[in-house]
Amino acid sequence: MKARAFNYVKASTVVEALKAFEDAQDDASYIAGGQSLVPTLALRLQAPQLLIDIAHIPVLRGVDLQGDWLRIGALTRHHEVLTDPLIRQHAPLYSEAAPHVAHPAIRNKGTLGGSISHADPASEFPAMTLALGAELEIASRDGVRRVPADDFFLDLFQTAIEPGELLVAIHVPVVRPGHRWAFHELARRRGDFALVGCGILAEFVDDVVKQVRIAFFSVGSTPLRARQAEEALIGKKLDQAVIAAAQAVVGDDLDPPEDEHTPPAMKRHLARVLLGRLLGEIARQGA
Amino acid sequence: MSDLVNVTMTVNGTEVSHSIAPRITLADFLRQTLELTGTHTGCEMGVCGACLVILDGRVVHSCLTFAVQASGAAIETVEGLSDRAVIADIQEAFHQRNALQCGFCTPGMLMTAHALLSQSGVPSREDIRDALSGNYCRCTGYEAIVDAIEKVARDRYAGANASAPEEVGA
Repeated sequence: MKARAFNYVKASTVVEALKAFEDAQDDASYIAGGQSLVPTLALRLQAPQLLIDIAHIPVLRGVDLQGDWLRIGALTRHHEVLTDPLIRQHAPLYSEAAPHVAHPAIRNKGTLGGSISHADPASEFPAMTLALGAELEIASRDGVRRVPADDFFLDLFQTAIEPGELLVAIHVPVVRPGHRWAFHELARRRGDFALVGCGILAEFVDDVVKQVRIAFFSVGSTPLRARQAEEALIGKKLDQAVIAAAQAVVGDDLDPPEDEHTPPAMKRHLARVLLGRLLGEIARQGA
Repeated sequence: MSDLVNVTMTVNGTEVSHSIAPRITLADFLRQTLELTGTHTGCEMGVCGACLVILDGRVVHSCLTFAVQASGAAIETVEGLSDRAVIADIQEAFHQRNALQCGFCTPGMLMTAHALLSQSGVPSREDIRDALSGNYCRCTGYEAIVDAIEKVARDRYAGANASAPEEVGA
């Protein structure tokens, strides 16, 4: 349970970090909070030659409202996500998910950018990134690009971030009047990885669903949007029949892996239950 | 092999400076280099909570932090809290209520209890259980630990309000 030997360098700018990675010929890892990385090093699931500490790069910090977008620096810690008033107001699904992310001590150190770039399919923040329709700002030696969340999560622990690239910030389109949202997860114990979890962001016009993003986690190799369930809601008022119609198709949206303890049929059942509760809650928000 | 790195940090109020390998966790640095063995290493993967320390005012896992990352930081271990007597009432309550058997998890429990009880108000038993969700105890079944923390919370609240005049008829 000890990491293999590695060299360590503390970067003070993004350019410095990117160059250190390149100089190490990609045999390197960035470390910020380290709450997911360090266990993988301890278990020797990976053993890079170099750790590049990005935790002291000022541009990766801070939460700012920029017009219709909220820019959240990648180094924003989970406990800050939990309490930040701008995030609560403009990207509320992150705030609602935060108490369910790991345990208090982990939240004191783990970062939002780290969680999203780690892309654990059972994690809350990657799925909420999808539900919020955020865009990810990624820096490379060639410059900066922005990738929509829908194109970001590619496979198990695989994202659009190429080796050596660095997630700089998360840009969230701010919620507006007419938006409703809800988050819930089913876990055996608070802080454990969820058996199934879901966040929903819906836009209503006169009680009719205009747009909706339903993002599940712990039901496949990436966080997943429930596209068929979303389709079942568009243009409809959220009554019991419409909710039931979405529940009827949501199982087909998900791709739970075989698991001795929570087999796919059980996960699909729990997802249906969860979707029903969340849509019921969203319907009541309009009352 | 890796290059040694100089680290300087404040531990329990004393500045320490050492040249260490980057792979050394803060937990191992505290226990082996500084011989502060009150911090325990259980799972060494951030699950059991026996290794919790205070880093710049916040409770973190010292097994999930490399000592080099903590260079420049202020660390307080269970020895520091104990010597400053800020957790004396929590330690007493744990003793009175038998909130430990083997005691391996206790340093982490005390850290979590200290962080929780440093917030204002009296936490509910639900709040206490939630705060303890990252601390494993394989002996007690937690009930006595929750009892002990709840007792300290109530005693501290009563103590803080004892000096304030009560409203008439309250």
